[in-house]
Formats: sequence, C-alpha cells, structure tokens
Amino acid sequence: MSEFKLPSLGADMDRGRLLEWRVKPGDVVKKGDVVAVVDTTKAAIDVEIWSSGTVQDLLLQPGDDVPVGTPMLRLADDGEPATVATQPPRMSAPPQTLMSAPAPRVAPPAHAAPPPAAARRRISPAARKRAEELGVDLNKLTGTGPDAAVTIEDVLRAGAASTAVAPPIAAVGAAPISERASAMRQTIAAAMARSKREIPHYYLATEVPLERATDWLARANAERPVTARILMAALFIKATALAAHKYPEMNGFCRDGTFEARSDVNVGVAISLRQGGLVAPALMNTDSKPLDDIMRGLTDLVKRTRAFSLRASELSEPTLTLTNLGEQGVELVQGVIYPPQVALVGFGKPTRRAWVEGNTLRLIPVVSLSLAADHRVSDGHRGALFLAHIRELLQQPDTL
Amino acid sequence: MNTPTRISYREALREAHREALAKDPRVFLIGEDVGRYGGSYAVSKGLLEEFGPERIRDAPLSELGFVGAGIGAALGGMRPIVEVMTVNFSLLALDQIVNTAATLRHMSGGQFSVPVVIRMATGAGRQLAAQHSHSLEVWYAHVPGIKVLAPATIEDAHGMLSLALDDPDPTVIFEHALLYNLEGERPSSWPQIDIERAAVRRSGADVSLICYGGTLWKTLAAANTLASIGIEAEVIDLRVLRPLDEETILASVRRTHRAVVVDEGWKTCSLAAEIMALMAEQAFYDLDAPLSRVCSAEVPIPYAKHMEEAALPQPQRIVDSVKTMLGRG
Amino acid sequence: MSDTGFLPVKLPRELSLSLLRDMVRIRRFEEACAELYGQGKIRGFLHLYVGEEAVAVGTLHALNEQDSIVATYREHGHALVRGMSAESIMAEMFGKLEGCCRGRGGSMHLFDAATRFYGGNAIVGGGLPLAVGLALADKMQSIDRVTACFFGDGAVAEGAFHESLNLAALWQLPVLFLCENNRYGMGTAIERAESETDLSRKAASYRIPSERVDGMDVVAVYEAATAAAASVRSGEGPRFLELLTYRYRAHSMFDPDLYRDKAEIEAWKKRGPIHNLTNRLKAQGDLTEDDFPQLDADARAEVQRAVEFAEQGTLESTDDLLRYTLTEPAA
Repeated sequence: MSEFKLPSLGADMDRGRLLEWRVKPGDVVKKGDVVAVVDTTKAAIDVEIWSSGTVQDLLLQPGDDVPVGTPMLRLADDGEPATVATQPPRMSAPPQTLMSAPAPRVAPPAHAAPPPAAARRRISPAARKRAEELGVDLNKLTGTGPDAAVTIEDVLRAGAASTAVAPPIAAVGAAPISERASAMRQTIAAAMARSKREIPHYYLATEVPLERATDWLARANAERPVTARILMAALFIKATALAAHKYPEMNGFCRDGTFEARSDVNVGVAISLRQGGLVAPALMNTDSKPLDDIMRGLTDLVKRTRAFSLRASELSEPTLTLTNLGEQGVELVQGVIYPPQVALVGFGKPTRRAWVEGNTLRLIPVVSLSLAADHRVSDGHRGALFLAHIRELLQQPDTL
Repeated sequence: MNTPTRISYREALREAHREALAKDPRVFLIGEDVGRYGGSYAVSKGLLEEFGPERIRDAPLSELGFVGAGIGAALGGMRPIVEVMTVNFSLLALDQIVNTAATLRHMSGGQFSVPVVIRMATGAGRQLAAQHSHSLEVWYAHVPGIKVLAPATIEDAHGMLSLALDDPDPTVIFEHALLYNLEGERPSSWPQIDIERAAVRRSGADVSLICYGGTLWKTLAAANTLASIGIEAEVIDLRVLRPLDEETILASVRRTHRAVVVDEGWKTCSLAAEIMALMAEQAFYDLDAPLSRVCSAEVPIPYAKHMEEAALPQPQRIVDSVKTMLGRG
Repeated sequence: MSDTGFLPVKLPRELSLSLLRDMVRIRRFEEACAELYGQGKIRGFLHLYVGEEAVAVGTLHALNEQDSIVATYREHGHALVRGMSAESIMAEMFGKLEGCCRGRGGSMHLFDAATRFYGGNAIVGGGLPLAVGLALADKMQSIDRVTACFFGDGAVAEGAFHESLNLAALWQLPVLFLCENNRYGMGTAIERAESETDLSRKAASYRIPSERVDGMDVVAVYEAATAAAASVRSGEGPRFLELLTYRYRAHSMFDPDLYRDKAEIEAWKKRGPIHNLTNRLKAQGDLTEDDFPQLDADARAEVQRAVEFAEQGTLESTDDLLRYTLTEPAA
C-alpha cells in the first residue's frame, strides 16, 4: 500500500487545487498515467502517477486546495490485495506488536530494503547536483523514485515548471488581471530579470525573402483539406529547428556558466494567453518531425495551452524558444532569452517589400528574422551563420 | 547449417591463428592437446597439418612449465600463443604469469619485454561443475603489467589475437566457452578494431548495462526485453578488462545516470565491484540511483543444470535489477 | 669431491688468476654489502654469496658472451662475473636511478639486457620455466646459444623444477641446469626436505646427463661446466650439474642461523674456495707473493668506487612511479 502525494511540479509550486479526478477507486493504474488535473499558478496540469497499482481510495475532493505533499490517493501495489490496508510497521511500534501480529509481507524489491522511518531523505546525487544548478528547492520536492527517492527527473520537472514561461516579449494585454495572471506575472518578472542580469545578450537581425516559401505553401495547401493546411509558422519552426541542429551552440542550457549542448531540438513556441502572460511549451524533437506533424502539434499546443491543460513534460524541455509576433503587426523582435536556454529566435510580420535581385526590383513578401543569443556561449559570427542558415532553408521549402 | 558466409567464433579464432602463423615465423602455438587432438575446444584443428609440430606444439599436462616456457620464449624473441584449457587450470601457472610475465619489464627498469599471448577458456554453462566453470578474469585484471582481453563477438575473437601478438606486453585473452559455437555473418573484410576501448553495443538513455565476454549476449537479450516495456538500456561491452576503458564507462553512466554491472564472476571482490567503485568515485554526482550488479552466486558452480542456471547471471535477473532500480520492480 | 687433493688439472695461469680475481671481487663486494646493510644503505632482503663463489665463477667462465643467464635472488656474484659493473649493481641496491634497474629491482632482481642476464628471481624455482622458454626460442630460431639456469637445492622440491626438466629433456633444449646445492633451503637442511638427497639422480630420471661436482673447487667447477656447456652447445640436449657448496653466512641478513652447528660452518670454511685455489696455485708455482695482495687491493678499490658511485646516485622522481609497468607509447 502506498500513498500518492501531490507532487511539486515546480520550485515555485507549493500548493495546488484539485480540478478533477481522472481515476476512481478500483482502477488499475500504471506509472505515467494521468490521475488528476490540478490547477497551479501556471496552468492546469495533468498529474502523472509515479507507481503502478490499483487505486484504493481518493483522499481529496475536486476544489480542495492543498499544499504539495498532501496525500491524494491510496494505491494498492501490484500483487497486493486491494482490500488490505496495512501500513508498514513503524519504528515507534512496540516490538511485541510486531511479534504477535506481523504485517502481511509484500515481496520487497531485490536490492532495496524499505527505508527506516526518520531515515535521511533519499535524494540521488545527480538530483542534488541538478537541483543546485537549477535553483530548485529539494525540500519542496516529492520523490518519485524507488523508496520515494528524489530523482533527477523530479528535479528537472520542478525546474521546468518553475521556468517554463516565455520571455515577456508580448505586451500583456489589457485583459483583467486575475490572481493567476498576477502570479504568472511575478514568475515572468523573476525569470526575465534573471535573464537580463545574468545573460550577456547580443542581437542580430536579417531580412528573409519569402517568395518561394509563399508559392510553395500555396501549391501544397491547394491539395489539402482546410483542416490539414500548413501555416507559414510551421515552416519557421522547422527551419529554426534544423538550423539549431546544425549550430548546437544555440540549442541547450547554460548553467553556472557551463553550456550543455543538447542533441535533441525541442523548439519552445511562445504562446500568449488570453488573460495575459505567456507560456512557451515545447514541440519535442522538432528537427526530425515532418511539417504536417509540426503543424498538428502546434495547433494542439495552442489549444491546450489556452485551455490550461499542458502536460508537465511539455513545459520541461524546450531547448530554444521561437516567438512569432507577426500577428500583432510587429516588424522586428528583440527578445529576451529564457534561462537557462541560450537563444531566442524572433519572426516579425511578413510584408510585401521592394526587393532587389540582380538588376531587377520586385515586390515580394519579406519577413524580418532576429536572434537574441547568449554571448557566453556563442559569438556574433556564429549567430550570423545560424540566421543565414534559417534564411537559406526557407528558400528551399520543399526540403523542410 | 553452415553456409560459406557464416562463421563461428571458433572458426574466427582459428582463422586468426592461421593468419598470425603464416605472417610471422616467430609465432607458435603451445598448449595441451593443441596439435594431434586439434585443441580441447577445436580452435587449432587442422593447424598441425599446416604448420607442423614445432609451431603447433603439444605440451604435457604441465601448466606451470609450458606457460613459463611461453613466457621465456617471448623473452627470447618469439611470439608464442599459449593455450590453457580453462582458467581453472591456469591457476597452476599463476606464478609464472603474475610473478614473472607481469613483473619482468618493471623489475628490469624497462629493459625486457614479454610479448606472450596466453589464451584460455572461461565461464560456465555446460554442466562441467566446479573445476571447469569458473570466471576468474578478475584475478588477472587485478595485476599491473598484463593486459586482459575478453572478446565477446566474432569480430573481436578474430581481431584481438593479432593485436595481442603485436603488443609488446603479456596479454591474457579470455574466451567464454559458450561463445565458441556462436555464429554470425562472415564480414567481407574483417573490421579494424583496437584493444583499448570498450564498445557501446546498444545505445540507450535510461540505464547503462556494463558487461563483457559471455554475459554480453545475455545482457543484450535483457536490453531487448527492457525495450519492450519502454526502458532503453545502453549496453557496454568492456572488451578490455585491464586496463579498463574508464572514459567509455563513465561517459555512459553520466548520460544514463544509472548502471547495472553484469559479471559472471562471483560478486565479492569482482570486476563488477571494481567498476562500481570507479563509478562511485568518479561519477557520484551523476548517479540517480544506487549502483547495482548481477553476478554469479557465491557458490562453486554446481553440476545439476537447474542449479547451474540459478547460479549464473541470466537475462531475467538483469531485467529485474533494472526494473527495481527504476521503481518499476 | 675430495677433501685432500686437487683435481689433476692445471689451467693456464692467466685463467687461474682470473678465476681467483673474480672470487675475490665477489667476496669483497659481499662483505661491503653486509656492512652497508648494517648502515641502512641497503634495505630489503639481502642474500650473500660468501663461500659459494667458486660456483658462479667456475660456471660463468665456461660460458661465452652470447649465452643467456637466469639466476636466483642470491645473484650479486653472478652479475659481477657476467660483466655487469659493480657500480650499477651497488647503485641498484641503494635504490638509485643509476642502478641496473633504476632501483626498481634491488638486490634480488638484478637484470641486464647487454650481458643477457635475465635476473635475479626471488621465486624459488621461478627461473626454471623461463630458462626452458629462452632455450626453446633459441632452438626454434636456430641460434647457437646455451641458457645457463642457476637454482638452489630448495628449488628441487618445487613443481617448476620437475616440469622444466621434463620439458627441456622432452624437447632436447639447450639448457645447462646448475643446481647450487648449499645444503639448506633457508633454514631447512636438505635431509629434512628431500627423500633423495643426491639431486643429480632426479635429473637423471628425466634422462638428462647429470653430474655432482665439488662446488668449493673452482677448477673442478670450471672443468665440469666447460664440458657440459660444450655438450649442450653441440645439440645433445640439456645437462645438469649439482654443485656441492656451502654458504658461510646466514640465509639473509635477518637470519640468526640457529639451524646449523657452528662446527659445521667452520669445517666448510677450511675448504673455502679462495683458500682452496690460492693453495693450488701456490703449489703449482702460479701465484707469487705479490699476486694476491694486488688483486685483493684491486677488488677493494672496485668496491670502494661502486659505493661512492651509489652514494652519489640520484633518486628517481616519484612522478615516474608508474613507468615500466607496460610498454610506453612511442613518443
């Protein structure tokens, strides 16, 4: 028998309000299943369970607002009769009780004895190190590893939740400022202040002709049903992802001055919320996804972001951020990097402009493309090559 | 059925011997029943006819004597390959390997080399019981001054021999007895290998499984089972047991944050223990779970089949160990 | 062996004097070692050859420069006679970089590639299989060479002895087995260690021609070794000499020598090899009154130079501690 407690999905999450249960007593669940939706200051988050078994009973009602670590449900472990509800013996139990009434034995894992009560908390060395790097407070974490050990994943999840807000490049609208928006505002403020304080930004911009991309899109979409049409934004995302793969110093995390390049490219897409604020969830493995998948992923992401139903994992792993402010009529973006990422790519509004090619002057669609990058990790020369590569990729839309 | 494109581990070894004998007149094979009998594991079958009794030299049951003679011949300018039937028997020659071969270069202040290659079968799995089945690789891997190799693949069985012969220092090669019948595609040309690095035989992000020799195939089987339940294991074949390729081991565990060492030796004071100590010393802050190992039970290997199987590392034990480590046990 | 007379052999005077000179060199060198050990200049185990000089001198003079030598941990004398410099041996025992093995080996592990001196082996019987292998390599490469393998009476009880004699005889290898029978394996008298104390008979059982020789008479040793080496060199397979000798000093420096009578030691000292040869040479008129003081003074001077050299030697940097374990990669 084990209790599943409200996990902290971010360093700044210390409470949560249960919105709904996704399971009921008697349900068999396995690790990773979504068992509940919990409202936090960020968004409504699907809560995944970290062990397998049968749901014994639910300990919270929808609407309950409880601190992190509060037991949410009781779980009968695999192989254990769901009706038996015996607590493991505690150190404080009188010895004769143990002798006379031994608890039903649950086969222990081969190598791990249950931790004695009041034992030192189990936190893996890697989790400690990463928590220090991310500034995650281990005291607020609930361990999901064997014997409730805090694992590196717990820390990453918390780190991602605490930092998964895009830079405040969009003006917060005049929407009514709810409590949540206020909390989000504070989080954004902290992250952006840290970015500007710690990251030596440099900025580059260029203009990208979109004649070929526009023509190609028109042809491609002509053959597609309306629901399957591709937007220019998908091309921007894919081109950015491919370029980030080629220029790894744009893709990864810089912590304590040490840069860790990532081999996977997960483009975080800045999505503004109706009530103000921003979230930049990741399109995972963006560089290896076909355009159709990117388009579908983008649509789904926008929908779920605005419905506050993002998964924690989607907030955890963007390796660089892309912001597209064309809709707002902005011509040029000069973004703030979202730490610990090291680059932010901005697209403005595509407009028809006079374009000189050889000796001819023509009117074609052009977009301004900009980069804010971390000078500790890269320099302007590499940044320029990175932008040039995105521009070049957008000239060959059929290869995207 | 054998087709011409298939080759066994045994045949790969034989081919490597044939090539070495043909290439270098200093090379000769010495050991019990390597000649007329054809080798206790038939590795040298046919070589006597091809190279004659001087170079395919049958030795009496005299492990200390003929292993020592091989060491002396190496000192005297030859390139002997000494075959010892099993690692259990090699204990009779341990003095010559540990006290002489491994020390001569050092004791002489670098004046003398001992380019001897000593091959021996190791490991259990054929119901040969407690005096023919042990995995004592770690006894040799403990000793400075020798190199210890454990070819687990057909390519390594073929390629390691000539590299060991080229090496100016004494080299011990362990051939797991269950691998002799291993068959695979015969490569159109043998790949270039080294005797310095461990090999990543399978990539994975969730856990590093570190093994060698006979346990490689069990470990790969376990990795496949794990993949079917969504756990991606990285499989490291050590290949060289001394000196250990620390870099590859550490790089892997730093990626996966978890490791299980699979070793057919007994758990206590095993090679697995050394590798775990290495990771604890040098990758402690990258570990996300306690290190684990799957070794042989602490018992002389028994005869009865079910008992022998129970004593040895098996894929299911590896799978269980990983699941427990990941909290999915 | 005879207590009363000499073999009816007369060696050329120069050779005789050379044998005497080498025995005196060993004696003075070993005496100096004992003194330096007392001063703490030499450490570890130190086994002295005092009393047994005729064995190394008589046998090694019967060999040539191309032959290979495998010796035991009581091998300073062999190394000296073989042509290694007293300086390099003494510096080795001082643990100095200038030693023959850079101070890595010490007293028990003297090596020298230039003179084909393969140690210095502190495992009793450990050198025998090595010698068989060296001889096997020579035979397979058709190299005309004898491998001389020294070992003590204690080694005869080891399996390595029996395995090695069997292999050498079976494969008819050019090994000259030289058993230095000083009657004690450390503190155990041969009668307490061997069911058959005539060790030459053990060799004979492997069909190796063998002979017992008076190891206190350098001329007898030289004659026997010359004949045996010629036989080995001619391709007739291994030979075995049992050289009956005696060490005057204890087994090693820490040995209180409780296991044998003082009277026994005194009796053997009367037949001392240096004394023995000088008497013979005087009787033959080959030794003048000035000869012995001169070669004794030369030996003392040589030892003195060796000690000074060793004193002035340098210590190897501990940065190099791990060197010579495996071959170093080419620069």
